[in-house]
Amino acid sequence: MASGYDRALSVFSPDGHVFQVEYAQEAVKRGTCAVGVKGQDVVVLGCEKRSAMKLQDTRITPSKICLVDNHVALAFAGLNADARILVDKARLEAQSHRLTVEDPVSIEYITKHVAGVQQRYTQSGGVRPFGISTLIVGFDPNDETPRLYLTEPSGIYSAWKANAIGRSAKTVREFLERNHKNDMDREETIKLTVKSLLEVVQTGAKNIEIAIMAPGKSLEMLPVEDIEKYVENINTEKQEEAASRRQGRTPGTGTAAILTRTSGGASQPGA
Amino acid sequence: MEVLLGITGKDFTIVAASKAAMRGATILKASDDKTRELNSHSLMAFSGEAGDTVQFAEFIQANIQLYSMRNSMELSPSATASFVRGELARALRSRRPYTVNLLLGGYDKIADKPTLYWIDYLASSAPVPYAAHGYAQYYCLSLLDKHHHPDIDFERGMKILRMCTEELKRRLPIDFKGVTVKVITKDGIREVEYEDDVKVVVP
Repeated sequence: MASGYDRALSVFSPDGHVFQVEYAQEAVKRGTCAVGVKGQDVVVLGCEKRSAMKLQDTRITPSKICLVDNHVALAFAGLNADARILVDKARLEAQSHRLTVEDPVSIEYITKHVAGVQQRYTQSGGVRPFGISTLIVGFDPNDETPRLYLTEPSGIYSAWKANAIGRSAKTVREFLERNHKNDMDREETIKLTVKSLLEVVQTGAKNIEIAIMAPGKSLEMLPVEDIEKYVENINTEKQEEAASRRQGRTPGTGTAAILTRTSGGASQPGA
Repeated sequence: MEVLLGITGKDFTIVAASKAAMRGATILKASDDKTRELNSHSLMAFSGEAGDTVQFAEFIQANIQLYSMRNSMELSPSATASFVRGELARALRSRRPYTVNLLLGGYDKIADKPTLYWIDYLASSAPVPYAAHGYAQYYCLSLLDKHHHPDIDFERGMKILRMCTEELKRRLPIDFKGVTVKVITKDGIREVEYEDDVKVVVP
């Protein structure tokens, strides 16, 4: 190159890979986990929250779940700073769409836009891809069907019933595959979201964020106390399950031991 | 002959705008809404060059909404007025300025006060207790001077508005087809039923 540096960073490797995009996907895997689950008439986003340092002001530290428009929420995994830029572009497009066609964006439209921006950053010179995957949820205008889309650094987008991105996404996704049912109500959907996150978040409620979207309503962030309740319920349920499994394994000798445990343990009536 | 009126009171701002959409001497429509909600607590009424008005209002509306989404909080009425004035001033010095006159009614939730801004196409902006645009100024400002007081309640405010619209009906040579009335309080923006078919006696 006579004039200066080679600005083409995203070029094919001889065997057909674009390494920069694959590295970006690696960055996503290192980000904190985010989960999206669709129910019958509700869609829930859950996020793993990194534990705050002692002097950090958690009250005003930005969340991983953000509003793109009144009816569209977005959760991401990967580089926080990249996400800020991408979310800002999405918000601008949402408002611009309202201005030009006097209608709010549909969820697919805004997803396609976000994915389009991500794709553009894999093909032009002097830039690097966005190191984030996003889950975009919401309801189309005048529609009650919940929507959940996923976008990736490569610019791929896809629709899901439930999915997870970020750290240990595979574990969570497999959990969701085992436990997701169609037509879940609000409570079931939130519970499944929390439960799936608990697969990878050891520290419990204080490191979980939950947001709920329902048709015609604005985004609802679930208070920590409520998340705690879900976590407690899930934990007692798990213990009971474990107890009953133990019972099933040793039917002859185990009965006496189990009997004393149930009479002594106050956790049983809570089921 | 478009009418814009604004009246503040102790806990409300009333904004009224005429319902006639006109082109030359022709009335095209008698149910035109010359207002846009910018966010939950500010409302913009506009008059002026057809086309410019709605274009400008919706441009402002989109930007105010974008601000809300980006910052998870709404722009206060005074900040909104500054922004609108800035945009008008910028346009004024461009190749094609907007010919739009505005009233910006709002409720400042932090100061807990109703607000009203009078803004014209030359990008003058002034916070005022009551305001009118166009020919309505000639007939209504004197009435408002006489009857307005900062502590009036909503009923009194509507009475004063009634006096204004009756005077306009009496004196304006063209029928402006009545007014749409919107009220901004701490609870948000609502439209008020406003009867227009009362006969006005002309001397």
